[in-house]
Amino acid sequence: MRRAYSRGLVAAAAASALVLSACGGSNDNGGSSGSGGSSGGSVTIGFFGAQTGPNAQLGINISNGAELAIEQHNAKSGVTQVKLTKYDTQGDPAQATNQAKKAVSDKVAAIIGPAFSGESKTADPIFEEAGIPNVSASATAVALGQNGWKFWHRVLANDGVQGPGDADFIAKTLNAKTVAVIDDQSEYGKGLGDAVRKQLATDGVKVAVNDAINPDASSFSSTVNKVKPANPDVVFFAGYYSTAGKLVKQLRDGGVQGTFMSGDGSLDAEFIKGGGAAANGALLSCPCSSAVGSTDPAVQKFATDYKAKFNVDPATYSAEGFDATNAVLQAIDAGKTDPSDINDFVTKIDFKGVSKQIKFAPNGDLASDLLFITEVKDGKLAFLGDTTQAKPSA
Amino acid sequence: MWNDFTQQFWSSTIDGLTNGAIYGLVAMGYTLVYGVLRLINFAHSEVFMIGTFAALGALTLFGIDSPQSGLALVGVLLLMTLVAMAASGGTAVLLERVAYRPLRKRGASRLAALISAIGASFFLQEVFAIWQGRDQLSIPRVMNKDVWFNIGSGQVRNDKVLVIVAAILMMLALDRFVNTTRLGRGIRATAQDPDTAVLMGVNIDRVVLWTFLIGGILAGLAAALYGVFFELTQYNVGFLLGIKAFTAAVLGGIGNIRGALIGGLVLGLIENYGASIFGTQWLDVVAFSVLVLVLMFRPTGILGENLQRARV
Repeated sequence: MRRAYSRGLVAAAAASALVLSACGGSNDNGGSSGSGGSSGGSVTIGFFGAQTGPNAQLGINISNGAELAIEQHNAKSGVTQVKLTKYDTQGDPAQATNQAKKAVSDKVAAIIGPAFSGESKTADPIFEEAGIPNVSASATAVALGQNGWKFWHRVLANDGVQGPGDADFIAKTLNAKTVAVIDDQSEYGKGLGDAVRKQLATDGVKVAVNDAINPDASSFSSTVNKVKPANPDVVFFAGYYSTAGKLVKQLRDGGVQGTFMSGDGSLDAEFIKGGGAAANGALLSCPCSSAVGSTDPAVQKFATDYKAKFNVDPATYSAEGFDATNAVLQAIDAGKTDPSDINDFVTKIDFKGVSKQIKFAPNGDLASDLLFITEVKDGKLAFLGDTTQAKPSA
Repeated sequence: MWNDFTQQFWSSTIDGLTNGAIYGLVAMGYTLVYGVLRLINFAHSEVFMIGTFAALGALTLFGIDSPQSGLALVGVLLLMTLVAMAASGGTAVLLERVAYRPLRKRGASRLAALISAIGASFFLQEVFAIWQGRDQLSIPRVMNKDVWFNIGSGQVRNDKVLVIVAAILMMLALDRFVNTTRLGRGIRATAQDPDTAVLMGVNIDRVVLWTFLIGGILAGLAAALYGVFFELTQYNVGFLLGIKAFTAAVLGGIGNIRGALIGGLVLGLIENYGASIFGTQWLDVVAFSVLVLVLMFRPTGILGENLQRARV
C-alpha cells in the first residue's frame, strides 16, 4: 500500500518534471526572462521545513536566516529580485510530500531545506525527480548523502561526523569511563545514538546503559531508574530539545549527577526553558557554528543584522540558513535562473560563509567535517568552539 | 534483564505508583461518564489538558515562580488545584451541554456521541495549539523535591507521596459520595436503568451534568498534580495520558470507581516493571500486552464490578 502510494508520488513528480523542462525549453527560445521559478525579472525560491509544530523553532531559525539573506540581496542595485515562499511541513514527513508537490507545481527555482532528516527522506526524491536544487541547512542523517542525488546539498557535516565526534569528545576531552546513551527512536535520534554507541565502543568507553524513549511520554522514570544505579560520567541523549528538557530535569531530580550531553537537535534556548536549572552544565554538539560571540567581522555583521531584523539573536542553524540561501543567491547573481543551471553553479560553489567554508563534495555533503560544542552556563547558551578547542567548565 | 528488574524493583515500584495514581484520577472521569451514559468521553483528555493550562495560568497571574514551603506551599497547591478543578469542571460541563446533550435529546446513537466526543477533542486541542503555541510550556517549580528516605533503590520523594496520597484520598471521597449521598444514589440509579430512574423521580439531566462536573473536577486535580510533578504542559499533553487513563479504566473494570484507581496503579507498575526488564522502548508494548491478557481471562477487568452494583 505504502509502496504503491510512493510510486504514485514519484510518477506525479516525474510528470511535473516533464512540464517544468518543457517550460524551460520554450523559454530558451524566448531568450529573455528566466524559466522555472522566474517571471518578470524575479525568481522565487522556497523555504521548506517546519514553521509550526513541536520543533518548529529550528525551522524558524533557518527561514529567518534565509529572509535576511534575501533582503540583503534585493537591497543591492541591479540584481534579479528574489522572492521567498515558505512551505510549512510541521516537521512531518507525511506533510512534507504534499508540500514538496506544491513547491514543484509552484515552479520554485531552488529550495532552502528540507530542514529535518525525516522529511528530507520523503521530500528529496520529489525534488530530485523535478530537478529542483535543494540546499539543507540542518538535515544531518548520513543516509541522505548516499542516494546519488544530483540536486541535493547540505551546508553542515552529517551525523556520521557528529556521532563519532561526540563519542571522541566524551572519551578524550571529558575523560568519561562510563556513559549512558539514550535515543528518542526517531530517524535522527536513533542514527545519532547508534553512531555514538559504536564509536564509544571503539574508544574503549563502557556504555553502561542503552535506552530508547517515547518523546511524547510525560514520565521518563523507567529511564532515570536505569541510569541512576549505573552512575555514568556522561549521559548522552540523541533527540530533540523538547524531550531533552523534560529528560534532563527528571534525571537531575532522580539524583543522576553525570554530565548531560546532547546533539544539535537539543541546541535551542527552548531546551533551557524546559530543563530549567537542571539544564546548566549541559553540553550540546552541533555541526553548525554559532554566530553569537564570534570575532570575525563578517560573522559579527550577520549577527547584528539578524538581531536588528528579528529582534532576537541568531540561533541554531540561522547562520546555516543564511549561507544556504547565499549559495543559491550567488548562482542567481551569476545570471542563473533555471533550476538546473542554479544546481550546476551551487554544486561547484566555494565561498566563506558566516558558519564555515561552503564547498560541497560530489555527493552533496559538505567537504569539511567540523563539529562545534556549546555549553549551557547560567541559563544561557555559551559557544565553546570546535571540538579541538572546546574546554567545558565542569 | 532479571538483574535489572531486581536492581530497579523499588524505584520502579514507587515511580509506577506515582504515574499510576495520575492515570487513575483521569480514569475515574472516563469510568463515571461511561457508567452513567455508556459513552466514552474521548474529550476527557482535553478536560485534563485545560486543567494543566489553568494551573499554569494561576501561577503566572500571581507571579509565583519559585519553590515555596510551609503554609505558602499549601496555599499555592490549593490555588493550583482549585483553579484547575474549576477550569476542568467547567470544560466538562460545557462539553456536556454543547457536544452531548443536544445529541441525547434527539435520540442520536451512541456512535454519533462518540464521534462528537472525538470532534470536541480535536477542536479543543487545536484551539489551544493556536492560542498557546505548539511548543512545550514549562510550569515553574512550586515545591522543592526533597527525598525523605530510600527503600532499596527507590527514592521516597515528597512530590511523589503527594500525588499518590491525593489520588487515594480522592478515590475514597468519590466512592463515599456515590454510595452515600442522594445525588450518588441518583447516579447509581441512572447507571442501572435510566428509564426506571426517571419514573422514580430522578432528574437525569441533572445527574448527567453532575457526573461530568465530578469527572472534570477529578481531571482538574490530576492536572494540578501533573503540573507539580512534571512541571510542563502542551496542547497535546492529554493525548497519550488520556489513552493510558482509558486503558486503566478498562483494566480495572470500566464503570467501577475503585477499579479505575486500581487499574491506574496496576498499569503504572506494569509499565515500569516491563521497561526495567525489556528497556523503555518496550514500555507501551508490555503495558498493552498485559491489558489484552487480563481482558482475555477477565473480560470485565480486574474488579469487574459495574457502577450500578457498587456497594459500600
